[in-house]
Amino acid sequence: MTVLLVVLGAALGASARLLVSRRIAGERATLLVNVSGSLLVGLFAGLSPRGYALLGTGFCGAFTTYSTFAVEAVQLPRPRAARYVALSVGLCLAAAAAGLGLAAWAV
Amino acid sequence: MTDPGVPPRPIPLPALLLVVAVGGGLGALVRYGAVVALPVRPGSLPVATLLVNVSGAFALGVLVGLRPHARWLRPFVGTGVLGGFTTFSALALEADHLLAQAPAVGVLYVALSLVLGLGAAVAGLRVAAR
Repeated sequence: MTVLLVVLGAALGASARLLVSRRIAGERATLLVNVSGSLLVGLFAGLSPRGYALLGTGFCGAFTTYSTFAVEAVQLPRPRAARYVALSVGLCLAAAAAGLGLAAWAV
Repeated sequence: MTDPGVPPRPIPLPALLLVVAVGGGLGALVRYGAVVALPVRPGSLPVATLLVNVSGAFALGVLVGLRPHARWLRPFVGTGVLGGFTTFSALALEADHLLAQAPAVGVLYVALSLVLGLGAAVAGLRVAAR
């Protein structure tokens, strides 16, 4: 049951990432999905196990991507790559923390 | 076989969404299996996510190096399977938890994710170029 929720959420998350990447060019699309997905996973962290399987592990897990981030980063010119890596890590960690804070404040 | 240097005819959006959704579901299924097999213990390194992200970065490097414009393979395996398999949200959430519980482990986790993950992407591209 939990497995099916993960797969369903991931199918939606990967599709949503595809739609974003068709509208925004290059690594800015990846940065946008990774930062917004990190904010959402913080919001969802306190859900029931099933809710988190669908929305956290499934949707956010597949909406965000590490593989594309890594391959883009190593193919960019050095200064831009450094900025991309720093922004991805800094903004995603801050976004997840903000999501956790928002969820704690809302409940 | 098509010329690997020439972008293929675009796939219609409904078919593309289906291919990416199925691939993403499969990739996440394997990631979930890794997390179940190697559960996260509070204060210790999230080995499952680290393994998933590093191996997924290597595999995408190989795919992008070998068949950057493969008409079906690139969206199915690249955008779908490997995109669904690897994750930045779990990395960010786990890093935040660790930085609060065990800061040295948190810093180590972020550093390992970057060094091993970016290194794996370079290695995948190099393997493909041989």
